[in-house]
Amino acid sequence: MNVDTRQGLAGINQDYAERYGFHDPEDYFLKAPKGISHELVEMISRKKNEPQWMSDLRHQALDIFRAKPMPTWGDTAMLGEIDFENIHYYIKPKGEQTSDWNEVPEQIKKTFDRLGIPEAERKFLAGVTAQYESEVVYHSIRADLEKLGVLFMDMDSGLREHPEVVRRYFGTVIPTRDNKFSALNTAAWSGGSFIYVPKGVKVDVPLQAYFRINAENMGQFERTLIIADEGSSVHYIEGCTAPTYSSDSLHSAVVELIAMKGARIRYTTIQNWSTNVFNLVTKRAHAHQDAVVEWVDGNLGSKLTMKYPAIVLKGERAHGEVLSIAFAGRGQHQDAGAKMIHAAPNTTSRIVSKSISKDDGRSSYRGMVKIAKGARGCRTSVECDALLIGERARSDTYPTMDIAESDVSVEHEARVSKVGEEQLFYLQCRGLDPDKARLMIVNGFIEPFVKELPMEYAVELNRLIELEMEGSVG
Amino acid sequence: MSSNGDAVFSCRDLRVFVGDKEIVKGVDLEVRAGEKHALMGPNGSGKSTLACALMGHPSYRVEGEIRLGGERIDHLPPHERARRGMFLGFQYPVAVPGVSVANFLRAAVSARRGADVPVREFRRQMQAAFAELQVPKDFMSRYLNDGFSGGEKKRLEILQMLMLEPTFALLDETDSGLDIDALKVVAEGVNKASGPATGVLMVTHYQRILNYMKPDRVHVFMDGRIVRAGGPELAHELEARGYDWIAREVGLEPAAAAVEGGRA
Repeated sequence: MNVDTRQGLAGINQDYAERYGFHDPEDYFLKAPKGISHELVEMISRKKNEPQWMSDLRHQALDIFRAKPMPTWGDTAMLGEIDFENIHYYIKPKGEQTSDWNEVPEQIKKTFDRLGIPEAERKFLAGVTAQYESEVVYHSIRADLEKLGVLFMDMDSGLREHPEVVRRYFGTVIPTRDNKFSALNTAAWSGGSFIYVPKGVKVDVPLQAYFRINAENMGQFERTLIIADEGSSVHYIEGCTAPTYSSDSLHSAVVELIAMKGARIRYTTIQNWSTNVFNLVTKRAHAHQDAVVEWVDGNLGSKLTMKYPAIVLKGERAHGEVLSIAFAGRGQHQDAGAKMIHAAPNTTSRIVSKSISKDDGRSSYRGMVKIAKGARGCRTSVECDALLIGERARSDTYPTMDIAESDVSVEHEARVSKVGEEQLFYLQCRGLDPDKARLMIVNGFIEPFVKELPMEYAVELNRLIELEMEGSVG
Repeated sequence: MSSNGDAVFSCRDLRVFVGDKEIVKGVDLEVRAGEKHALMGPNGSGKSTLACALMGHPSYRVEGEIRLGGERIDHLPPHERARRGMFLGFQYPVAVPGVSVANFLRAAVSARRGADVPVREFRRQMQAAFAELQVPKDFMSRYLNDGFSGGEKKRLEILQMLMLEPTFALLDETDSGLDIDALKVVAEGVNKASGPATGVLMVTHYQRILNYMKPDRVHVFMDGRIVRAGGPELAHELEARGYDWIAREVGLEPAAAAVEGGRA
């Protein structure tokens, strides 16, 4: 990062509560009572006027959700704190979806203005959707992309307008019964993005979705499906925030990516949930022959995050990358990682995971690399770097390697380091106070991640890290 | 020699402890503006401990008085000493991966000035410093001391000294690990970086850098004390005869010239 962008690090002494933690007065078109049931699922499906197959799928999914035990990996103690009966599974804000910013209801508009959404669109995005609670309230796409046949809309509109495409691909990458939370999402999903990029079309600037939870005890279950047809490319960015409440909310998304032959998808996430949000997300991609899929995943905030972006390398020479950072502050657990399945010969992958734990925060890398029998000539490298700040911070690494082929190259490297006294002293000897010195060390640590982000996001991420670092004790 | 300058640095009855162990046992020193002093001593005599303690390293407990330009600074943390114009050139500069040299320098120069340096002005200043010391420009975008050779690290230390314009620079074994060409470059750099307002204290084991950086005053440091002081000729004598003779003269066993537990 160059000198100029670092200027974006100004603005100390603001905190999450004031920048993102605010909430609007509740004024909804429909707020479902707490808890989930077949009646609720039916109501959501009917409100959305869905085809019968989707309605059936939701009901099946609810049964699967109820039957499935909690995942046995991860922080099972913290998972046990989720009270599924104390969550609103569907909230529809007032107003219809619009592509005219002026038509967005005043209060919601103010919220997104405050979060800088339309401003970012003007500056550097090719399309935006903004989701508030369960529904997308604003949506736009650059006209020239629309002409080229690029589809970018919320998932509900996708199902209405392109039912055949959705039916063909929905749930093919992440089946309902994949895990308890993918089942819950399939039963209760609302919103999310649907993207189709036609053959050979390269979307040169990013498409963005912004997810905002407003109500207390809200459950947000967006569902995203991105299909990049042969030889096309697209970069999708999502950002997430929520107000700070004393009781918990749940965010449980399912994201499916399909990169056809020679296609390229980059999916960038900067999530910054308030520390009362359980963030349990299933993300998986299929990469066909010569395709490239990259997950760039930044996890700040939340109470517990469990997220392991996965790539199934299905076609020869496909390439997958997961580049992630996690920041676990006081009382937080970031359980993040990656899964890479080499199912075809000569596929390559790289996982770079960086975590920072501060105070009594805990970050875990949980990863899986699998090379199937017959997938010869594969290359994979895994690199985990953990940085601990303070004596109580914790970091764990749980790598799994399942290699069924011998003609492959597998590298794994894990490092844990502390913000060292000698580094601090060196920077202090150059006039930096201990807070600035620590921030500089942390920013240096995440630099390999930050440089992959568009500039605006890089600045924002550095600013968020600065907020997280405030008042840290060495 | 301009010993008429004001004292930029002094310490009086300085004692440094690691735990209960006394490593520096009462040192008095004064360096005036424009002067270069050499503090010479055998390995393990506590030289580096003294340098780090003067800068405020948290591992040491310090008794006595340290002044920078007349102001007591012994109670201040290292960054406050640095901001007031004290500079420590490290024997082993520390790597900070991911932080570019340019970003680091800008932060350091801003801290020293007490205000953010505008980007353009900073760029100009940085380029001038790089040109003056003939440091390759690609250093600017490299990560701080990360993957640098020993010689590259030392050159970067001197470049920092040039940009930060200290009033008092402590150079801890800046000559160690350098071949003769690198040594010349570094010594010339120190000369360029120390104007008439700067005092320098060069901590070293060997005399050879002093061929290129003529000291006004030489102090011999053994067993935690300054046991002898003199002009530049003292350095040559040490080079020719080693340290043992002084140890004997001041009543130390040669082996006792080094304090156990001191830094190398």
